[in-house]
Amino acid sequence: MEVTLWGVRGSIPTPRPDTVRYGGNTSCAEVAAAPNSTVIIDAGTGICAIGQQLPADLERVDLLLTHLHMYHILGLGFVAGLYRPDLEIHIWGPDSTVGRLRERLSRYMSPPLFPVRIRELPCRLSLHDAPLGRFELPGVSVTAALVCHPGPTVGYRLEGDTGTVAYLPDHEPALGACQFPDLPRWTSGFDLVAGADLLIHDAQYADPEYPDHLGWGHSSIGQAVALANAADVRHLIPFHHDPGHDDDCLDDLYEALWPADNGLLITPAREGARLVVGAQAPI
Amino acid sequence: MGYDVEVILMRQAASYLAMPIFVVDPKGNLVYFNEPAEELLGLRYEEVGEMPAEEWSTIFVPTDKNGDPMPPEALPLMIALQQHRPAHDRFHIQGLDGQKRELFVTAFPIIGQHARDLGAVAIFWEAQPGWR
Repeated sequence: MEVTLWGVRGSIPTPRPDTVRYGGNTSCAEVAAAPNSTVIIDAGTGICAIGQQLPADLERVDLLLTHLHMYHILGLGFVAGLYRPDLEIHIWGPDSTVGRLRERLSRYMSPPLFPVRIRELPCRLSLHDAPLGRFELPGVSVTAALVCHPGPTVGYRLEGDTGTVAYLPDHEPALGACQFPDLPRWTSGFDLVAGADLLIHDAQYADPEYPDHLGWGHSSIGQAVALANAADVRHLIPFHHDPGHDDDCLDDLYEALWPADNGLLITPAREGARLVVGAQAPI
Repeated sequence: MGYDVEVILMRQAASYLAMPIFVVDPKGNLVYFNEPAEELLGLRYEEVGEMPAEEWSTIFVPTDKNGDPMPPEALPLMIALQQHRPAHDRFHIQGLDGQKRELFVTAFPIIGQHARDLGAVAIFWEAQPGWR
């Protein structure tokens, strides 16, 4: 399995000179696990770069959405594959207690917010309410579970032949938990991340910033590290960087974590980074 | 297996609230009670942990207004759990500290997305003079 990070920024795109090293595009990752198909997770602005690189022999794309906050779907209409009649595209995402995924996505993918309606897209498109539990995609078994974040939000665990990737870009497991993360059964997302080779996890805030953002649905860097340690993760990718954190700020925040004292590999997410899951080499 | 996030958030809310609260899973196991409930019951959650339905539903000797023992299925929490509807009642218990208390109890089922049955919650109030 090869993982590529196409967008690593949280909340809003931040295309500025002082964010070019880590990247300013919002959440999007790609997991390539089978020939002629690919799995994309989230449709933030990072997804636009994938569209330019879709191979001509690609037959199927599965797009897994964690939730429908705007910066996670902002790039959806710009996926080049949506306009290819030969391509089979499946979009998976959480429904809500009152609306199916198609209805909820249509609020954005329709005028006046977007010129093209979902039904007008020329690709062979299927929309699926993400099942809570396990389902199979080409090359990977996927497990989805609701996690702690405002509104219906799922995290994903993808298990392939060479390893396991967990993706929880918007997640506040420490919210209200007095013993976080020492009680696995009572920790949001724990089963999804347990033993993962690669954990791509929300780390929006510096630890001192977290108390001012309690309940906003995001984690601090220290909380992401604590969860990864508790869940025996091999490699943590802190993700969803705060738009207020420029490259120098992120350098400073992560320099303070070196060296990891217990074998956990920590590599802050950078746009364009690639990793072969199951291999020893870091990004 | 971990608990569903709705149950986790219910526990976290309960841990901050001043009303005594029970949270049970779909099988009726008492998976959490908060500190105010500890005072009511004379038991510490950290000491007893989770408790099966047959234990918690009888251990506190619930009795009706006539002093007759209440069967587990008549308790509001069990009604909420088994019939998936809210329930409210007033009865007496005897906590493990030996004290008898008159309680009002409101219980409701926890129903998650996709109609998932996630258990039930009971909120207790000790009866005050003038309450009916």
